[in-house]
Amino acid sequence: MNLDPAKIGLKVGLEVHQQLATKSKLFCNCPIVEDETPDHRFLRWLRPTASELGKMDPAALFEFKQGNIIMYDASEKNSCLVEADEEPPHDINVEAVNTALIIALALGAGPVDELHVMRKIVIDGSTTTGFQRTMVVALGGQLLVKDRVIPVQTVCLEEDAARIRERVDGTRVFSLGRLGVPLIEVALAPVTGKPEEVEEIALALGRLMRSTGRVARGLGTVRQDVNVSVAGGGGVVEVKGVQKLELVSKVIEYEALRQTGLLRIRDELVSRSLKPSDVVAQPVDVSDTFGATKSNLLQKVLKNEDRVWAMLLRGFRGTLAFEPSPGIRLGRELAEMVRAYGMGGIFHSDELPAYGIGEEEVVKVKQVLKSEEGDAFILLAGHSLSLQHAFTALFERLREAFKGVPAETRAPTEDGKTRFSRPRPGEARMYPETDVPPTPIPKHLIKDLSNRIPSPWEEQIENLMSTYSLNRKLALQIYDSDYLDLFESLVKSTRIQPSFIAATLTETLVSLARQGLNLSRLKENSILDLFGQVDTGVVSKEAVPQILELILKGQANGAQEAVKKLGLSAMSDEEVAEIIRKVIDENKAAVESKGEDAFSLLMGRVMATVRGRADGQRVSDLLRKRLEELSAERKSSPAK
Amino acid sequence: MPQIEGYRGRGLVLLERYSVGPGDVVSVRTLDATLEGTLMIRYGLADDQHIVLKLRNGYNIGINIDRIKQMSLVTKRTKPNLTTPAVPVSSSHLPKVAIISTGGTIASRVDYRTGGVHPALTVEELCSVVPELSTIADMDAEVLFSMYSENLTPEHWSAMALKVAEKMGMMVRGVVLTHGTDTMGYTAAALSFVLSGCPVPVILVGSQRSSDRPSSDATTNLLAATVTAARADFSGVYVAMHNGLNDDAISIHLGTRVRKNHTSRRDAFESVDSPCAAIVKEGKVTQMIESLPRRREELTFIPKPALEPRVALVKFHPGLDASVLEHYRSRGFKGIVLEGTGLGHVSVGWHEPIRKLVDEGVLVGMSSQCIWGKVRMTVYDSGRDLLSLGVIPLDDMLPETAMVKMMWVLGNARRLEEAKKLMCENLAGEYAPRRRIQARSNTT
Repeated sequence: MNLDPAKIGLKVGLEVHQQLATKSKLFCNCPIVEDETPDHRFLRWLRPTASELGKMDPAALFEFKQGNIIMYDASEKNSCLVEADEEPPHDINVEAVNTALIIALALGAGPVDELHVMRKIVIDGSTTTGFQRTMVVALGGQLLVKDRVIPVQTVCLEEDAARIRERVDGTRVFSLGRLGVPLIEVALAPVTGKPEEVEEIALALGRLMRSTGRVARGLGTVRQDVNVSVAGGGGVVEVKGVQKLELVSKVIEYEALRQTGLLRIRDELVSRSLKPSDVVAQPVDVSDTFGATKSNLLQKVLKNEDRVWAMLLRGFRGTLAFEPSPGIRLGRELAEMVRAYGMGGIFHSDELPAYGIGEEEVVKVKQVLKSEEGDAFILLAGHSLSLQHAFTALFERLREAFKGVPAETRAPTEDGKTRFSRPRPGEARMYPETDVPPTPIPKHLIKDLSNRIPSPWEEQIENLMSTYSLNRKLALQIYDSDYLDLFESLVKSTRIQPSFIAATLTETLVSLARQGLNLSRLKENSILDLFGQVDTGVVSKEAVPQILELILKGQANGAQEAVKKLGLSAMSDEEVAEIIRKVIDENKAAVESKGEDAFSLLMGRVMATVRGRADGQRVSDLLRKRLEELSAERKSSPAK
Repeated sequence: MPQIEGYRGRGLVLLERYSVGPGDVVSVRTLDATLEGTLMIRYGLADDQHIVLKLRNGYNIGINIDRIKQMSLVTKRTKPNLTTPAVPVSSSHLPKVAIISTGGTIASRVDYRTGGVHPALTVEELCSVVPELSTIADMDAEVLFSMYSENLTPEHWSAMALKVAEKMGMMVRGVVLTHGTDTMGYTAAALSFVLSGCPVPVILVGSQRSSDRPSSDATTNLLAATVTAARADFSGVYVAMHNGLNDDAISIHLGTRVRKNHTSRRDAFESVDSPCAAIVKEGKVTQMIESLPRRREELTFIPKPALEPRVALVKFHPGLDASVLEHYRSRGFKGIVLEGTGLGHVSVGWHEPIRKLVDEGVLVGMSSQCIWGKVRMTVYDSGRDLLSLGVIPLDDMLPETAMVKMMWVLGNARRLEEAKKLMCENLAGEYAPRRRIQARSNTT
């Protein structure tokens, strides 16, 4: 990172959300299973509830303005009336509470004496109730990362949200499978330091949770929320839902760059003696200007009888395209934000004429707005209702630009950048879940659970290394993978070398995933089956990567089918001996001149012919035997 | 037992010792930490061993009193400044609709400081929380009772009827009655008789999800009820509740044929052995039963609010001793609706006590605990015997409807014979002429 974290006053707070491996959901008896075929679909509307002071939560209001028709797809396999918001929640899942408490105790956090379930208002449709149920399980504690001590703020237990399936014309469709799945949320105190160090902290916390053996593994079971701020006028930006650990440092780097950029944009505005009051909320309808426009976007808008609005910004010329760091521009920030309101984006005068908007049209807009030298303008196009909301948001965002970094919630992109998702929620969004009574945590339970704190993950790694003769790298890889349990059961049930199993389940699969193959196609049964075949000698070890590849490509349903398709069933000793005979024949000269020293040359050729259908060890044994036989023959046969 | 907002016993002692109360910001020193937050009210049934603190991050936690070393006041509770958002102006050329509140919170506001839920009671509050109301009707809101519906009695039904009649004098186009859902079916049936001949629609409405949550069905139900009260072409007493799991369709059920058939679902209310009267979708009322009484322009009508409270609904079950009947007889009950088995039976041991009741002039009717279907007491000996004892077969009338109808009949008939006759007449759609092949459908 080019920016010095200390110099810019970078602060990062991590919240790690980890799914627990419980048998059932947090507030009902539904099992936690995937099912993509819904049995029911129903329609709901969510309304923000006004607070006592007539205040509405800004985030809730934003979500409400998005348009509020929501569809839910429910499967009987993983959802019941509780998820459908048709039955009150049951008591808190004891297994989930115990797991959360064990993790809290492992962090040295102090369990609360009584659990109080809260409702956190979320009306984006991801919960059928319009709120997420969440509770503090413990406070305080610390995470040790190498020689650093990272204070823990809270350990919470909460329900996961429904996943969005699709968006169709302002209607959002969610599936209920994930709703109510228990998650533990560990919030760490903000730390300073390099982005990579923060990533290490997240990894250490992940390992500590995995050390309990009671958390779920696999894609989508861990999520990091990363709160980033810089010194000097920066609000805290919450980047929600970073799923891959590798993205944590990238997201922090990008936010550091973006936020310092925004501060420089602020300085630029101030240096021009501009003030927030120079931003005036007075939209002007300029639709008529674009009657004969060549801009595809505007043509489409005007055909739908939507409108084009313009906003004059006195003295702003050049500030919208001002780019203190690559890609960081006020214009881009504004465009991102209106997109969240369902608009396509904005046009602004710093980049016009362009995008099919001609010089003539620019001049006309300027005339209508009575724009002078040094002014800028923004064009916004769409349906008049969304225009109003988006325009208000633009106005507020422009005023915020004078403070620097607006506090907002952002989402990570695939490449580790972030984009606007909504304003940060205020305080007016939590109130008690009165359907679930307060639940005391008895002292004897804490005592009992204290005995079940797992040994530190470092010890568990050492253990893996010594028990299975793995090197440190492989031990860490299998520990961090989704397959630790599978690994241990395979080691017990087969005679295959543990290091081979570990390497297959980590390195081989990772390299296949890097080729773009979908690991979710690989079911545990196929893996068990495959190693079973290796164990009995039906499949050679060398053939394993090819077989996995075929399964992941969806060209075979399981190990057996893959073996058949590849023609990879192991060769009999006779078949191998036949190949050896042929290869020796073809390389007679070398064998005669080098004798047994020709081994490695022959071995390579034989293996190339066998192509994974026989284990290397077996080939080597057979080859050596043949060479010995030959040499014996030579010695015993009389010279001619 | 004395208490302050849920705090009693040890909790109360602690609060008094440190002179703090719910709503105050306090600092609490425990054995291992010092926490600052707002002291919260305590949940009704919770123990007296903990206090509840709302932390800065918005979360509540319970702290065991044994672990508290010291407490101190940081800032005293401030009274929330209740500001009502601006009320949209409702246009006076819209039809006038009266909303009478009897209980249940159809609209409310949350106090995020203390977690309290405050019902919106005045017309201003109601319209500010549900601004769409003012585009449908010129609203008139009044609180009659504020009660859980399980606490309502026949006296309350009479009072509701009189209040409706009073509103009729104010030229309303329709009446909406908000009601807790538990006994809303009973009230609907009772009002169907008490208000028979009412010229405008009277719509009872409730919610199965409380109004303090974003997913509440209260608003959608209320809007549909108001639309029906303002615009429907029919008159009479109805219940407006969700038609299914979807929020966009509300059923208007006939007051005498509706029953709460689920503890928690939004579509708990069903029209039994009958289509629902109408469906409200996208602000439009679609009538599903042709023969509903028409809305009438003349607004004079006289309710008959007299109800005889000494009527019991007795559910027979295997092994139930007939002496329960003796209990009602000795207490001077005037009517008994039996909820018999199947086509309308009770065990033979009940026959003699029933004869005694009938002989003493107690009205005895028979409905079925099957809920769906009609009684038919001529099929088996047991039924024929009961008929010969003078038990009135109540056809397919719902047991609950039969019970409140009997209250009304006994409250208004001059002679027993007239009462018997009235019980068998179809006065408010309580008897369905036909039962459809497609039974138990809530939709049409």
